[in-house]
Amino acid sequence: MYPRIPSPEILRQTPRRIPDAVGRSLALARELESLGAFITLLDERALAHASSVAARLLAGEELPLAGYILAVKDNIAIKDVKLTCGSKILANHPATFTATAVERLEAAGAVVIGKTNLDEFAMGSSTENSALMRTVHPLDAERVPGGSSGGSAVAVAAGLCHASLGSETGGSVRQPASFCGVCGLKPTYGRISRYGLVAFGSSLDQISPFAHTCGDLHRITRVAGGYDERDATSSSIPVSTNTELELPARPLRIGLLRNFLEHEALDSAISTAVQAAIKALRESGQTLVDIDLPSVNYSIPVYYIVATAEASSNLARFDGVRYGFRHPDAADLASVYDMSRGAGFGVEVRRRIMMGTYVLSSGYYDAYYSTALKVRHVIAEEISAALQDVDVILAPTTPSTAFKIGEKIDDPMAMYLSDVFTVPANLAGVPAVSVPWGTDEKGLPIGLQFMGRHYAEEQLLSAGMLLERLRPQA
Amino acid sequence: MTTGYEIIAGLEIHAQLVTRTKAFCRCPNQYGAAPNTLVCPVCLGMPGALPVLNREVVAQAAKLATALGANIHLQSRFDRKNYFYPDLPKGYQISQFYQPFAMGGRLRISTGAGERWIQITRAHLEEDAGKSMHLADGSTVVDMNRCGVPLIEIVSEPDFRSPEEAGAYLSAMRELLRFIGVCDGNMEEGSLRCDANVSVRKIGETAFRERTEMKNLNSIRSVERAIAAEAKRQIGVYDNGGTITRQTMQWDDQAGVLTPMRVKEGSDDYRYFPEPDLPALELSDDDVKAMLATLPELPESRRARYRDEYGLHVEAVYLLASDRALSDYFETLIGSGRSPAIAAAWVQGEVQRLLRENAWELSDFPVSAERLGGIIDAVESKRITRAIGKDILRRMLSDLRTADEIILAEGLDGGHGEDEVRELIKGILVKYPDELAKYREGKTKMIGFFMGQIMQETKGKADPTTTKDVLMQLLHNTE
Repeated sequence: MYPRIPSPEILRQTPRRIPDAVGRSLALARELESLGAFITLLDERALAHASSVAARLLAGEELPLAGYILAVKDNIAIKDVKLTCGSKILANHPATFTATAVERLEAAGAVVIGKTNLDEFAMGSSTENSALMRTVHPLDAERVPGGSSGGSAVAVAAGLCHASLGSETGGSVRQPASFCGVCGLKPTYGRISRYGLVAFGSSLDQISPFAHTCGDLHRITRVAGGYDERDATSSSIPVSTNTELELPARPLRIGLLRNFLEHEALDSAISTAVQAAIKALRESGQTLVDIDLPSVNYSIPVYYIVATAEASSNLARFDGVRYGFRHPDAADLASVYDMSRGAGFGVEVRRRIMMGTYVLSSGYYDAYYSTALKVRHVIAEEISAALQDVDVILAPTTPSTAFKIGEKIDDPMAMYLSDVFTVPANLAGVPAVSVPWGTDEKGLPIGLQFMGRHYAEEQLLSAGMLLERLRPQA
Repeated sequence: MTTGYEIIAGLEIHAQLVTRTKAFCRCPNQYGAAPNTLVCPVCLGMPGALPVLNREVVAQAAKLATALGANIHLQSRFDRKNYFYPDLPKGYQISQFYQPFAMGGRLRISTGAGERWIQITRAHLEEDAGKSMHLADGSTVVDMNRCGVPLIEIVSEPDFRSPEEAGAYLSAMRELLRFIGVCDGNMEEGSLRCDANVSVRKIGETAFRERTEMKNLNSIRSVERAIAAEAKRQIGVYDNGGTITRQTMQWDDQAGVLTPMRVKEGSDDYRYFPEPDLPALELSDDDVKAMLATLPELPESRRARYRDEYGLHVEAVYLLASDRALSDYFETLIGSGRSPAIAAAWVQGEVQRLLRENAWELSDFPVSAERLGGIIDAVESKRITRAIGKDILRRMLSDLRTADEIILAEGLDGGHGEDEVRELIKGILVKYPDELAKYREGKTKMIGFFMGQIMQETKGKADPTTTKDVLMQLLHNTE
């Protein structure tokens, strides 16, 4: 399961090995530097924390995540550690506080070894938009790992750590999880505090974990999640009290999302994989029902209006005045803004700020933003209504497997469409998990996803665990 | 100046709310600290920080809305107002645009022309920005302490027809805000700020003409002067066949001139949209009720009571119902059944005199309403004279004792109660039989002689009314 480092279970049983294992993770990250997973490695901090965790375990303390070695996407704040967001504008910016999710995971004994690469400000689906470095697919250096949380996906897939944190706005964890052959959970909006996550589309953003198994996703989510007084949108609904994930106690009623399963853009290898999964689920006694959610076909335009509108406002603070990059040639206030932002942001970020500014502009607000909010509401209602009848909804995670570096970078629409199956869960705020299911003819991983009911992460992950059990073992 | 024209003006008042902490973070909400010391990741807009609404802000807004008779929306929302400025660290201000906290309401103003109601359009919550300071060397520095300080913006209808009315409104709003403890009203420190919209039109016209906006009106006087100056300018433009374009002007109070800030093309595009970091602000009727628990009886209502029930003179009515501390002092005085007229006379007379003499606020005044009440009771029960009462009050400025304690310790009523006075007079009548006989023969002016003797014996401490009553009884008692 974890080919290169001892499992968390083993480390918990032998606490003295934790610092060594952390050292091994850090060394591996350097050996496999060409993967481009990490922007920053936190040797000193990680080893100090590892020693402290080991000592506390030996003193008899209960630490639910002791033994877990984690990586964190570099748009999530850790105090005094660079928080680059993959952008030149923040390339040397140290965070002034630590994100709630990281604080909770570390308090539970997990050790963070580094900050991972991402598309600049999480805007992208291939991690090619990072202004700082290139991340490649762990199985094929000519392919993308997916994005925007590409570094966190690769860190787990390549066995550099046990699990990692990414963030989702429109599929930025499930899509790279699918490409890289690991599990990725987008929790319910409000499940995990966003405090310390650099905002992209605030009404969609959610810190989201990667791991090798749904069981690990469960352990991480219940520790990282729960109400946070520093995030007014975090939910007070309690997290699961079960420390270990189990298979569903009864047969599940699973909705098969026909308009995605039969989507024209879907690769045939993925279609075949879905059919195999459906067959296995049916044979294992689950009830499968066809569902059709016509409004989700509008998810991509709605998403790109809502997310870019919010982004145009969220990224206004990066103006060269107080922190981050200020253009050395700027001579007055207007040129501080224009030149710092013009040179500090990459092309995709600028494109989205322009789009977002446009859709919020007076005279266009009603046609774009206001309409998008209404359609978003319809999509959310439709998904919620379907989930009244079924426990979870099954769909492919992505229309294709990992594509080649450069293949879509000059065609934004093609890039945006790689999120076509993931975006609905973000718009509706429901949790969704991507679980690996086989490979295509090139040996590239395929991911299938379940969407679940609000705050029903445990049930959703149980369904994912079922897929893990049913999938043909390689 | 305004021959043939009338002024149409409206005011937007920004009031900083009195709260322990800022609107969306836990930094102290206080004025005057060293620059950039009352800041945190949230109010500095550091990446990843999120706002969380301070409920105290809502309670203060609810008090003001209720005091104005405005309709509190049980559901309101926050929106982002997007613009770039160095003192705005997030690149947007959290405000309320689409669903404000309260709509409607009114405030009574009083000018030389009489009293009238001014209608309020809306009141919404927002956060203050930081403060840019332009230094002598041409550089600009920013103090972020003010970032995130809670504001309520109160927008009036264009109801003012003269600069004086606008001034009276600002003055009345300031008085109300202070009275209910929602804002300290300090215009020099910027806790209360005012913008004005002004247009003019020919008398008889019903449509509004183009208006201009004036910023930076930081006193009641500058509101009046700026509106007058702008109205005069607009009339001049119209009289010369010109047109007014919508623009924002900056008022220079020292020079007394308006300078254009920027020409508005249509309107500024702030790209308002719902603030996704804050859920809708939802209140129940019970929430509102609880928030109003600390709302005092309002000046309007107190004035009516003082005038109609207590029959106080108009001057006393305004004095005693305009300042919260003084009004509460008066309320405490009359709370234990003392005559409002007598209590009002003491507060209006002696208390005001002492405050003036010492240049004190009421909060500096060492004599509590309870202690003053003791003096009034002693005077009213004739234990001491009014003159002695005043002396005791003055003595209390540096003496912590109650009136009773002072009177007893100093013997200020010693032997000068009615019984004692009676015995004293009996003795005097015995001592001066000739003078008594003269009185009884009809020389009524001998009363003066006897009063003089009594006052001499009591060193003036006997109550003159009581003394005279007893004296007359005894003079006519021929037993």
